[in-house]
Amino acid sequence: MNLTLRVWRQSGPSDAGRMVTYKVEDVSPDMSFLEMLDVLNERLIVEGDDPIAFDHDCREGICGMCGMVINGVAHGEQRATTTCQLHMRHFEDGAEITIEPWRAAPFPVVKDLVVDRSAFDRIIQAGGFVSVPAGSAPDAHSVPVRKEDADAAFDAATCIGCGACVAACPNGSASLFTAAKITHLSLLPQGQPERLSRAKAMVDQMDSEGFGGCTNTGECTAVCPKGIPLDTIAQMNSDYLKANAK
Amino acid sequence: MKFTEGPEIRDTKAPEGPVEERWEKRKFGAKLVNPANKRKLNVIVIGTGLAGGSAAATLGELGYNVKSFCYQDTPRRAHSIAAQGGINAAKNYRGDGDSIYRLFYDTVKGGDFRARESNVYRLAQVSVNIIDQAVAQGVPFAREYGGLLDTRSFGGAQVSRTFYARGQTGQQLLLGAYQALERQIAAGTVQMHTRHEMLDLIVADGRARGVIVRDMVTGEIERHLADAVVLASGGYGNVFFLSTNAKGCNTTAIWRAHERGAYFANPCYTQIHPTCIPVSGEYQSKLTLMSESLRNDGRVWVPLRKNDERAPGDIPEEERDYYLERIYPSFGNLVPRDIASRAAKNVCDEGRGVGPGGLGVYLDFRDAINRLGRDAVEKKYGNLFEMYERITGENPYDVPMRIYPAVHYTMGGLWVDYDLQSTIPGLFVIGEANFSDHGANRLGASALMQGLADGYFVLPTTIGDYLAAGPFGDVDDEAVAQAEIRVRDKIDRLLAVNGTRTPDSFHRELGKLMWDYCGMERTEESLRKALERIPELRAEFWQNVKVSGTAEELNQVLEKAGRVADFFDLAELMCLDALVRSESCGGHFRAESQDADGEALRDDEHFAHVSAWEHGGEDGPVLHKETLEYEYVKMTQRSYK
Repeated sequence: MNLTLRVWRQSGPSDAGRMVTYKVEDVSPDMSFLEMLDVLNERLIVEGDDPIAFDHDCREGICGMCGMVINGVAHGEQRATTTCQLHMRHFEDGAEITIEPWRAAPFPVVKDLVVDRSAFDRIIQAGGFVSVPAGSAPDAHSVPVRKEDADAAFDAATCIGCGACVAACPNGSASLFTAAKITHLSLLPQGQPERLSRAKAMVDQMDSEGFGGCTNTGECTAVCPKGIPLDTIAQMNSDYLKANAK
Repeated sequence: MKFTEGPEIRDTKAPEGPVEERWEKRKFGAKLVNPANKRKLNVIVIGTGLAGGSAAATLGELGYNVKSFCYQDTPRRAHSIAAQGGINAAKNYRGDGDSIYRLFYDTVKGGDFRARESNVYRLAQVSVNIIDQAVAQGVPFAREYGGLLDTRSFGGAQVSRTFYARGQTGQQLLLGAYQALERQIAAGTVQMHTRHEMLDLIVADGRARGVIVRDMVTGEIERHLADAVVLASGGYGNVFFLSTNAKGCNTTAIWRAHERGAYFANPCYTQIHPTCIPVSGEYQSKLTLMSESLRNDGRVWVPLRKNDERAPGDIPEEERDYYLERIYPSFGNLVPRDIASRAAKNVCDEGRGVGPGGLGVYLDFRDAINRLGRDAVEKKYGNLFEMYERITGENPYDVPMRIYPAVHYTMGGLWVDYDLQSTIPGLFVIGEANFSDHGANRLGASALMQGLADGYFVLPTTIGDYLAAGPFGDVDDEAVAQAEIRVRDKIDRLLAVNGTRTPDSFHRELGKLMWDYCGMERTEESLRKALERIPELRAEFWQNVKVSGTAEELNQVLEKAGRVADFFDLAELMCLDALVRSESCGGHFRAESQDADGEALRDDEHFAHVSAWEHGGEDGPVLHKETLEYEYVKMTQRSYK
């Protein structure tokens, strides 16, 4: 396959940035999207150009480090798929592909396609945990958990923190990310003691980071590689309201 | 490659007495640090995977002043996150005959009698606390309808002791550790440095006192001082270029500590995982593992005939060779990883492999689907099947999966004593980065167990014994300056070469060489060839590598070049270690040492020891042996027939 790429290049936070066009030839349909970029970068290095910087690590769809807006869609058009798991067989020979970084004010560009997502860590710091120091836990079987609750908690807990939800949201909201963690912990008995204070602290932190509000457009869940359901946001709002009513 | 032999290591600091009392004894004997003193004691932790993340969080909870570093943009990305199958614990919730002793026994035997009994027993003891801790944190393990935890049998175990969270156990456990870590960051006990890479260890007055790191965004070289340093930087499987490791996994932190004086133990022990998706082309950047839980229901086979090009569905039952069931009737498809991997290699070497290049075997779910129904199979393995289809474009419900072994884990690592302290006082090494608990072969679902055992429970106790004598005062300026100069020199040298080949192209070539000559099967001849080729390729690297950009910016080519440079040196030591160990054991198979059936043949008379390598100068490395003694589990040849 032969492709034309239009890629966002930005040397650093203070650079204005621009789209640059590259031709890539002899792409195998079995390549992953990132392997296709590897091939281009190898060429750029040898030619003395600056290769395209992008974040990636596990390349098996679980670490959450990779993420690009491909043809206008976070992680590309393939559903429930991270950028690293997207393969070239889903593109037509001769296609033109645009590649951009996540765009949201709380995710400033570091370089090219690399953005700073540390705002997510600060949301977790605000309360996305159960306060249980090592060594203080009772026997694991002392508190049974209904299977339905454990399964639903797991579904919310599969969030990989990639930030696609923010990139896709017209408001730049981090509601799906925050709600996933709140829901995971609020469905389990272990999460109950801190349930309301957690919801309040995390939502307040999310707001103070400059993420937008949720208006139920559902773009977040559509691009989410793990399919985190939209109703987690209802759970978050409910806990948040209760916390504020106290 | 030259080497010399130095004095044996005689004291591992494990207490004497009955094995089940040793950890209790050590805990009681460890000096305590006055709570008021803890916040005056600084500890650096490198890496935020299961071991490093849990250690940093726990040390923070105890009140130490912790600095944590990772190369990713957030600690939650560490590669522990990719572990799929599960975590072992001797809970015996099933009442199926499991016990601490049995987990200990299985792990010593599974490690092919090359691990320490004292360490392994402690691991089995602590395993039960890990599950309690994780559940209390809200880790959503799989549960049964009664609300209790579900378990499965996994990777060659005959009891059901593996706890799991669908195919994402590593993710859920890591997020538990990450959340505990973030809690400590918020509390101010842990200072987090993301996108920082450790490039050297500061050793002053015989103690590890800090690290030199590079800020990967600005390129700034920073010095961080402390009273103790903990390395939790993971394994070095990426020396093979293609492995199941994340792209960023590297040996730099442990290798540079090795250069500063930490012994490197059993570098040749690498684990080749039997169930990975085969290579599809030259551009391949990494390999993806399919959890070996798939072997519980999938049947492994190849065609009976060589070069059989028929589609799998067209090959009748009697022309299929379910070779694991045939050769190992009592364990069948559930034999340990090293055995399953080598068996796959053997049938492919016979010309009976399937898929492109004949480097693959089938993992077939047809019978499981007929027996249990498609829904039940989907419930158990749905996410794995999806992942397979995403990568290969083939649907495993209709066509058998194709799998092939790939480098997955490294049992070798920096040598540590019972306290997890290296040969440099004040340098502790935990998780995959050390060598301690898995011997020559790691059992499935034991990596998560070891990482968390080290980080939550073992290190926080043993490091206190060391720190009780601290704080250790000012650090000698000269030692810090020297370390910084070494780092800057290396970066300058890499940028100055300005050759024509990328770091990746060298890495790929080194990896191929290691896979061919120091991979699943090793011979004296292949290892000698590797020891000849590696220095040549390294010389070419230093003359012809091309690193674009500058040191004062985000420069992924420079990062990569530094890591590849260290992989060259490590590769050489791995081949030397593999050459000197002329027996076969666990994941290390020397073709010269096999029995009549082609099974690995250990040589306990000459090799029942740990090989701990001291970094050498002109005369090459120095080999120190630590004799292994088995008081409880009698040394026998493993048999899974």
